[in-house]
Amino acid sequence: MGEALYQKEFIVSGGDFDRAGEVSTAIKSILKSAGISNPIIRRVAIASYETEMNVVIHAYNGKIDLILTPDSVIIECTDVGPGIENIDLAMQEGYSTASDEMRELGFGAGMGLPNIKRSSDNFEIDSEINKGTHVKITIHHTTA
Amino acid sequence: MEIKLELITHMNLSEIKQLLDAEYLWDSKNDPEIAFIMGSDMMSDVLAHTEPRSLLVTGLISTQTVRTADVADIAGVIYVRGKLPDQQTVDLATELGIPLLSTKLGMFDVCGILHSSGLKGAC
Repeated sequence: MGEALYQKEFIVSGGDFDRAGEVSTAIKSILKSAGISNPIIRRVAIASYETEMNVVIHAYNGKIDLILTPDSVIIECTDVGPGIENIDLAMQEGYSTASDEMRELGFGAGMGLPNIKRSSDNFEIDSEINKGTHVKITIHHTTA
Repeated sequence: MEIKLELITHMNLSEIKQLLDAEYLWDSKNDPEIAFIMGSDMMSDVLAHTEPRSLLVTGLISTQTVRTADVADIAGVIYVRGKLPDQQTVDLATELGIPLLSTKLGMFDVCGILHSSGLKGAC
C-alpha cells in the first residue's frame, strides 16, 4: 500500500442535508489536482458520497479521512451514531432503515452500502450498536 | 471472428430541450452530448447505474440531484412536471457547471419521447 502521499480529514454533521455532498465534491477536486484518472475519481466520489450521506442520514456526526498512497485512494469514515444492527441485512440491495423524510430527499433506496462495495476494490465495515460505524474503502489507482 | 459494432445514438442537450419543450434554469453554454438517459427519483439508484454522458430525468428537486450529478459525472439534469428547484440548488449547479432544465411533461412522456428518438437507458 505504501505510505501516504497526502492526507486530509473532513468533518460531517448528522442531519445537515444542506451541506451533504460537500466533502465528496472537495475530494473529487483534490484527486483531480493530483492527476488521478476520471474513471477512478468517479468511483471514489460515488463511494465517498454514499458514505457521507450515510453519516448525514443515520449518524450524529462523523469524520472522513482521504488518504492518497502511491497505488491507492483510501476513504475511511468513523461516525458516532446508532450503529448498524445487522450488517449482512444492510448490505442487501433494497434494504433500508431511512425515514420517509430521507426518501423525499432521494435517499433510502437501500443501495448505499451495496454501491460503496461495488465502487471499491476493498471494503471493510464494522459497527457497534449505540456507538457508531467505521468503514474503510480502498480503490487502486494504478494497475501495477 | 465476427466483430459486433454497436452504434450509440447521442444527442446534444439543446436538441433534447427542443424535443421536450423545456426551459433552461441554468445553461452551461457548452451544450453537452447526451448518450444515455436515467429516469429516477432515487439518487442511490442513479449512482449505482449511471454512466458518464447521461442526462438525469427526475421529479425530485432537492440539492442532492445536483450533488449526485456532480459525483456521477452526469452531463445535465431535467426536472419533470414543471417542477423547479430552489435558488440554492441552481446556484450549486452553476458552481459545479451542470446545466439544469425543466419541462412541463411528466416522467413517462419524457422517457417515451427520448426512447423513441433512439436514446438508451443508462443501466
